[in-house]
Amino acid sequence: MIGLEHYLTVAAGLFALGLFGLFTKRNTVAVLMSIELMLNAVNLNLVAFSRFVTPEVATGQVFVVFNIAVAAAEVAVGLAMVFAIYRDRRTVNVDELDWMKW
Amino acid sequence: MDFLTYSLHHAWLIPLLPACSFLLIVFAFYSLPRLAAATAITALGSAFTLAAGVAAAVVSGGISVEKPFISKVNWFAITGLSVDWGVLVDPISAMMLIVVSLVAFLVAIYSVGYMHGDPGFSRFFAYISLFAASMLGMVLAVNLLQLFVLWELVGLCSYLLIGYYFYKVSAREAAKKAFMTTRIGDFGLLLGILLMQVMFGTLDFQELTAKLPGFIASSGSGLLTVAALLIFCGPVAKSGQFPLHVWLPDAMEGPTPVSALIHAATMVVAGVYLIARSYMLFADLPSALTVVAWFGGITALFAAVIALTQREIKRILAYSTVSQLGYMMLALGVGSLTASMFHLMTHAFFKALLFLGAGSVMHALHDTADIFKMGGLKYSMKVTHATMGIAVLAIAGIPPFAGFFSKDEILLAVSEVSMPLYFIAALTVVLTAFYMGRMFFNVFYGEPDPHQHPHESGGWMLFPLVVLAVLSVVGGIVPFALGFGDWVRFGPTHHAGINWAIAGSSTLFSIAALALAWRMYGSKQLSADAVAAKLPWLYTLSYNKFFVDQFYTLIRSIFVDGLGAVLYWIDVNIVDGLVNNLSRSYATAAGLVRKLQSGKIQQYALVYFAAAIVLVVWLGGVR
Repeated sequence: MIGLEHYLTVAAGLFALGLFGLFTKRNTVAVLMSIELMLNAVNLNLVAFSRFVTPEVATGQVFVVFNIAVAAAEVAVGLAMVFAIYRDRRTVNVDELDWMKW
Repeated sequence: MDFLTYSLHHAWLIPLLPACSFLLIVFAFYSLPRLAAATAITALGSAFTLAAGVAAAVVSGGISVEKPFISKVNWFAITGLSVDWGVLVDPISAMMLIVVSLVAFLVAIYSVGYMHGDPGFSRFFAYISLFAASMLGMVLAVNLLQLFVLWELVGLCSYLLIGYYFYKVSAREAAKKAFMTTRIGDFGLLLGILLMQVMFGTLDFQELTAKLPGFIASSGSGLLTVAALLIFCGPVAKSGQFPLHVWLPDAMEGPTPVSALIHAATMVVAGVYLIARSYMLFADLPSALTVVAWFGGITALFAAVIALTQREIKRILAYSTVSQLGYMMLALGVGSLTASMFHLMTHAFFKALLFLGAGSVMHALHDTADIFKMGGLKYSMKVTHATMGIAVLAIAGIPPFAGFFSKDEILLAVSEVSMPLYFIAALTVVLTAFYMGRMFFNVFYGEPDPHQHPHESGGWMLFPLVVLAVLSVVGGIVPFALGFGDWVRFGPTHHAGINWAIAGSSTLFSIAALALAWRMYGSKQLSADAVAAKLPWLYTLSYNKFFVDQFYTLIRSIFVDGLGAVLYWIDVNIVDGLVNNLSRSYATAAGLVRKLQSGKIQQYALVYFAAAIVLVVWLGGVR
């Protein structure tokens, strides 16, 4: 019987995987993809909690829809920035982009 | 009579004329050397004319030391302190005015010839003007503060003129030495002046004269003696008294006319004049007078011994000045202002003559200064020879030349007070005659140097020599006969008299010393080297000026340099070290913090998530 713990375990694994990608990937696009993974882990949690803890209301599912919308918008903005940065610096490797300290 | 009254009431013009000449030369005639010289000579000549008028007015108008002519304006007045600026004419200052303006005038004329072609010709005449102006103003000062201001100006001018050849290291060093040595004395003098102000509430000479007897009667003389000795510090330095005489021989680094001016009429006599001017203070303080007398006596003998063995003509004359100034101090110390001022006057004539003559000789020999490299000049330089000869006889105290009368007065005054000091003074007379003979015979007699072709100097230089020679002849006997002591005196009228035992013995000794000098250096019957070899320790001491300079160097290397090294170490290691290490620690701390600001987004994210995990674990632990 598959219970809440199984979903949470998968989501935690997914989140750790995204986190690992976020820290280790040099390519900005890959970093963005890792963030998507973490968002998906969160979405999975939300759906699981909604299904197992409060089955009578669909709040969790609604949040997930919102999340997916926001993530889509974020990727659009993120990719636009990656292009802009690439034109400026001829690179999208995050370890070479250290001008946040200005 | 009109001119005399005019001179008296316009005595303030006497220092002002050369001061204007200074300004004119500096701001208008600097690039016109002939006009500059003409301006200076005109100003000094006019000053001398006025000074002569003032002196005549003093004599004919019955102005005495007790009843001086004073004209002054208020300089500044604040609560409890009012200081005037003005002129005080009494016989003492009138005599000084004549001597200073006359010698300065003659030196200026001489300089036209001597400084001919010098690139700083105008500058020289500007300095000479300012020098004379400062000295004349100082002579006329009505209070100690005015005197001090101009006293410092005199010091500044001597600095400028000694360092006239500023491109020479030795001249720069000599100028610095003169300035700093006299500064030591000036410090004491200023303290003394301040003490006087505190004690009396005034610095005015007339008011001090009025207040002093009452003060001594009510408060005793202890603190006053301190003030007097502090004031005496100024003259010790400025008039080259032992042990602060070291700057004076080096002062010959200036052009020779300047040496004549400094040694005869301005700088060094300022100290003697200061004591004479504040004599009402010293006269009632026997212990202060004793100090003055012994300083003077020791200086006179000490410098004369040094002069015995020096080789450079100007150095001999410089030590001679130190010695003669010692005489003047000695005379003041034994209570005879008259004798001191009389000697100051005659000395001004023959010492100026000696220096100008030495300048003439060095001019002819292309700046040779060593008397043992000179010789036989009496054939080629007849006027210089004759005038220098008169000066030597005058300083040696041979009658009827000027020095005889003044020196005799000093010896007489000293003999009445202290026998030890009298013997010191008498011994100095003998030594003076000897070293002057040594210098004179070496320069003018003996074999001429075949490589040199000396020529007599021109008219510009000979005229002052002749005038000063005449003054060196009559400058003693005429004032003596006219009753110098009736006018220039402190206290009761001083009746001129000659003590035949003292005058006769000193004259005989001087003639004997000159004769000995002739046998050693003129006819060379006695070997000077043999004499020196018999007293090697004395010769060494004398030739090395008793090692006073070396002593000062030693003191300086121990205290100044040693202390400097210690302070330098403290500064570098402790003060700087503190600052440097503090800033270094900030740099280290900043280096740690800046690692956090890498600008790399992944590191930020790592920190963020690490913090989140720590927070979760911690919050979970709390619950």
